[in-house]
This record gives sequence, structure tokens and C-alpha cells, in this order.
Amino acid sequence: MSNPRIRLSARFSSLARRPETGSLLGLLIVFAFFAFFGGHSFLTPAGAASWLNVASEIGIVALPIGLLMIAGELDVSIGSVIPAASMTVAVVSGYYGLPIVLGVAAALALGLLVGLINGLFVVRTALPSFIVTLGSLFSVAGLTLGFTVLITGSTGVPIKAGPAAKAILGQFVGGKFEVSIFWWLGAIVIVGFLLHFSKFGNWIFALGGDKISARNAGIPTDLLTVLLFMGSGFSAAFVGLSTAILYNSAQVASGSSFIFNSIISVVIGGVLLTGGAGSVVGITFGTMTFAIVSQGIFYTGFDANWASLIIGVLLLLAVLLNNTFRKMALAFSTRLKGA
Amino acid sequence: MTKPILSLRDVNKSFGPIDVLHNISLEVRPGEVLCLLGDNGAGKSTLIKILSGVHQPTGGEILMDGAPATFANPREASEHGIATVHQFGGTFPLMSIGRSFFVGAEPTKGWGPLQIYDRKRANEIAVKAVRDFGITRIEDGDRLVGGLSGGERQSLAIARAVHFGARVLILDEPTAALGVKQAAHVLRIVNEAKRRGLAVVFITHQVMHAMAVGDHFAVLIRGAIAADFRKGEKTREEITDLMAGGETMATLEAQIETYMNSHDGHAPQVGSH
Repeated sequence: MSNPRIRLSARFSSLARRPETGSLLGLLIVFAFFAFFGGHSFLTPAGAASWLNVASEIGIVALPIGLLMIAGELDVSIGSVIPAASMTVAVVSGYYGLPIVLGVAAALALGLLVGLINGLFVVRTALPSFIVTLGSLFSVAGLTLGFTVLITGSTGVPIKAGPAAKAILGQFVGGKFEVSIFWWLGAIVIVGFLLHFSKFGNWIFALGGDKISARNAGIPTDLLTVLLFMGSGFSAAFVGLSTAILYNSAQVASGSSFIFNSIISVVIGGVLLTGGAGSVVGITFGTMTFAIVSQGIFYTGFDANWASLIIGVLLLLAVLLNNTFRKMALAFSTRLKGA
Repeated sequence: MTKPILSLRDVNKSFGPIDVLHNISLEVRPGEVLCLLGDNGAGKSTLIKILSGVHQPTGGEILMDGAPATFANPREASEHGIATVHQFGGTFPLMSIGRSFFVGAEPTKGWGPLQIYDRKRANEIAVKAVRDFGITRIEDGDRLVGGLSGGERQSLAIARAVHFGARVLILDEPTAALGVKQAAHVLRIVNEAKRRGLAVVFITHQVMHAMAVGDHFAVLIRGAIAADFRKGEKTREEITDLMAGGETMATLEAQIETYMNSHDGHAPQVGSH
């Protein structure tokens, strides 16, 4: 180990082994790009707020989606859980005028319930979770539209939350920063602890790596899968209800962009589509990268339509990088020991 | 002679109308390697699945230390000390050595909801366990399992099983996918497990590998035990012949040669006569 070249390459290999390395590179490049072309206003607090607000909403959903993807599953139903939760809190606390606590509780319970149903369905039928949650995406969207029109006679419902609820769930701090940024930071800490420091994280990696071996090792794989789906339902519901409180109204169709945005953020963050690898730091970087591209474009002189192109190219690059880093991580360790 | 840890008595298994195993009786003793030989489709994997609790026998009984035992699932089999290591080690390529070693049994520090996975301890124990089996190339528990060679992965899986108290080790074709050197490596590990007093069931269709470590041999043909003998009682050729279903390879070769001589050097077409 005294050979400096071996030490250096060992350090490089341990860096390459970290799944967030690629996403950090992507984030730095994208940030530098928009700092250069976006000019001064991109770097002001208002510029930062514009992408941090977007990042926080996507990020709260992307974290549990990332856990699911590491475990080898997918959840697209969040696209309709978000508006369903918005609508639930608006109908319960706006239309019926019940206390906001009840509306929030009902919305969160709805998210947990959809997650529970998704999870049970996936575990019992062994169907691909993409198909199962695609089914619940449409079912929940239909239920939301049907019940909302049935109860309120319209597709948009206003809600007026009290100052306490606004302060906690839906207001702009300093006139710019959504309070959800702080919830996002909290979620990063909690999910980061779960994935990287608790034994449950090890179970999630094992589940995504090889489900049968994980089960043989005594991991309650079915329970874990159901809990992960409930986690993504819960987070989607949280985002839904807090945006309703923030904007003082709920719309029946307002969540479908979250499906792809969260998956893209997770993949840019270095999570393997095949499961078994990923990190919370990576997912956070990926989310920030996505938000910077989608908002930063407005600070440049470019037509905003180009943002999707950049995101598409970034996504492809991220997938290629993920593969390359994974190969390097697997190859370096054998070659080094031969050295 | 020591008492068997695990014995099968007249075990039968059928899936609906299809009989897969007929009256299988076997014994495995501590510090002994039982080689289960058989061609593809002879029923080896069904037998392993019965031993490891994936399937339940439709007839006969399984005894652990002389007492009847039933394994409703793999968990129960492993609680009885039966560990199965599959061809590719059953490990997680993208997890670190330490993490994959302790999957499902993670060491933690701290208390309550703030219990933290003890990475340092997990790595230390895992690396030591693997090194004790002679895999001295492994020094860093943070390395990914996928970076190990096939033989090293097998060894890691065996070391893991032993660490968690396995008494009966079932090795399902551990050398099938390996090169000569790697296979020799795994065979050394099998000998080490035997030396430590484990009962090993070694499933293979490579006679050479079986003869290198085996004390006791059973040849499985079409779901039944065709021969049961101890080390030194049969030659390699005799065993190969047995596995081929009694028809000796030599006769087969002679037949092909005769056919080729009378057909302008063309090999016989399968199913043409």
C-alpha cells in the first residue's frame, strides 16, 4: 500500500464506487452552465428560490420513489395521488369547512391507502409494479374526478387554510422560498438515515439486488415492499395537500408531470433502473439538477422549449454514466488486488 | 462412525401425476462430504429444494439428528442449520462484502429507533470469516461483491453460512460455472468446511470434482438412487458410466464411429432411427 499510484487509484476506485459521483458531476456542470448563461439574476436569492421550490416538491416525492427503485419497483400512481390528496384536503376543509387537521389527516390516509393497495397488489400478484401502479394511476384519477364533480359540481375547489396551517405547510418564507424546502431537507435526513445507516437500508438494497436471496436470508420482503409503496403514497399525498394549501385551491388534474420528473431525478441521481444501487445524496443531486435545468432556462436568453431537450440528453448521459460507473466499481476491485 | 446429522428415508416427490423422486434414502454425517451425482434432469435440483425447504416431500421422512423434521419453508430449514449455496453464490453484486455478508442479520449499535448499522464491525467480521477460509485476497469489507471472482463469491457464501451456524452445507453445482483454477479454489473451501466438522452435500455432474472431495457418493438417475458407494469403491470411469445411465461412454463412442464410417463421415442425426 506504499505505492502512491496504487493508493491514488484505490481512492479513485472508492470514489467511482460511490453512486453519487456521476450525479455530482452532472449537477456541477449544469449549475455552471446556467450560472454562465443565466447571468447574475440566476444567482440571486430569487433565482435560487425558483429552482429550490421546484426541487423541494419533486424531491419529497423523488426520495421514496428512489427507495422503491433501489428495491426494484416503480410507482407511477403518484401522478394521481398528488391531485387526489389536494382535492381531499380541499373538499374536507374547504368545501365542507371541517378543521384543517382533519383534511390533512384524510389526505395523508388516502396516500397511505393507495400505497397499501399498490403494495399488496404487487406482492400478491407478482405483476410488474409499473403495470399495477399504472392501473391505480388511472383508477385514482377517475375516482378523484368523479367524486369531486359529484360532491362539489366543479373540477376546482378553493381552500382557505388558517395562518398556522399556512405557516407549517404552505407559505413563502421571505416572500420567495416555499416552506416545503424545509420539509424536503427533513425528508432527506430521514430517508438518508433509513437507507444508509439503519438495517432497513441494507434490506432495501438486498431486495433490489436479489429478491429470492433476500427472502432466504430472512428479510420480510413482502412487508418491506408494501411499506415502501406506502411511503411513496404518503409523500405524494403530502406534496398534494401542501400545494393545495399553498395555492389556496385544488385542481383535479395537476400531478402527472411528477411521474416523469421524479423518475428522471432519481435516475440522474445515479439509481440503477435494475435496482440494487443508489444513494440519497445522489437522488438529492439529481433532483437539484433537474430543477436547475427546468427553471434555469428562463434566466437564459434561450427559448424555454429547449429545456426538455437538455433534460432528455442529461437523462441519457446519466444512464450511460451509471452503467460506466457501475462497471468501473465492479472491475477496479479485482484489478487492484492483483496489483 | 459418527451419527448422521441429516437423513432421508424413502423420500418421494411428485408434482401432480409426475413422479420426480422415488424412494430416496441418504445420510449425511458431520465432517463428511456426500457427493450427489447425476446428469441434467436426474432430479438433483428437486432433491436440493426438498432439503432446503423450498419443496415438501410427498412421501417418506426427513430426520435431523435422528428426529423427524419438516421444513415448511427455507427459513425453517436454515433454522435447523441447513444452508444452501447456489451456483452463483446467491450474493448481491452491487453490495459491499460486509453488507451482503450480514443481509438480514445486520449488526447495529445505538438503541431504539436510532440503531445504526455497524459498518466497521460488519466489515471486520466478514473479512475475517472469509480470510479464515483461505481467501486472503480480500482485505477491504467495503469492496463490492461483484468485483470478486466466481470462486471467491462461492467462498464468501460458504463462509457466511458457516458463520451463521450452518451444520449442513448444501452446495448446488458450485464449480459448474468456474474455470479450473477457480474450481480448485472452491474445492479447497469444501475441504475446509469438512475439516471444521460440517456435513456437506455437494451436488455436481463433474466426476473429477466429486472425487477430489467426496467421502460418500450417490448417483441419481431418473429420480432414483442408482448407486450408493464410498470413496475408493469405484473408479472414475465406472462413475461416469453410471451417470450416463448405464450405457457406457465407450459403447456410445464406438457406435458413433461405426455410423460415421458407413455414412461418409457424417455424425448420426439425433432421433433418426
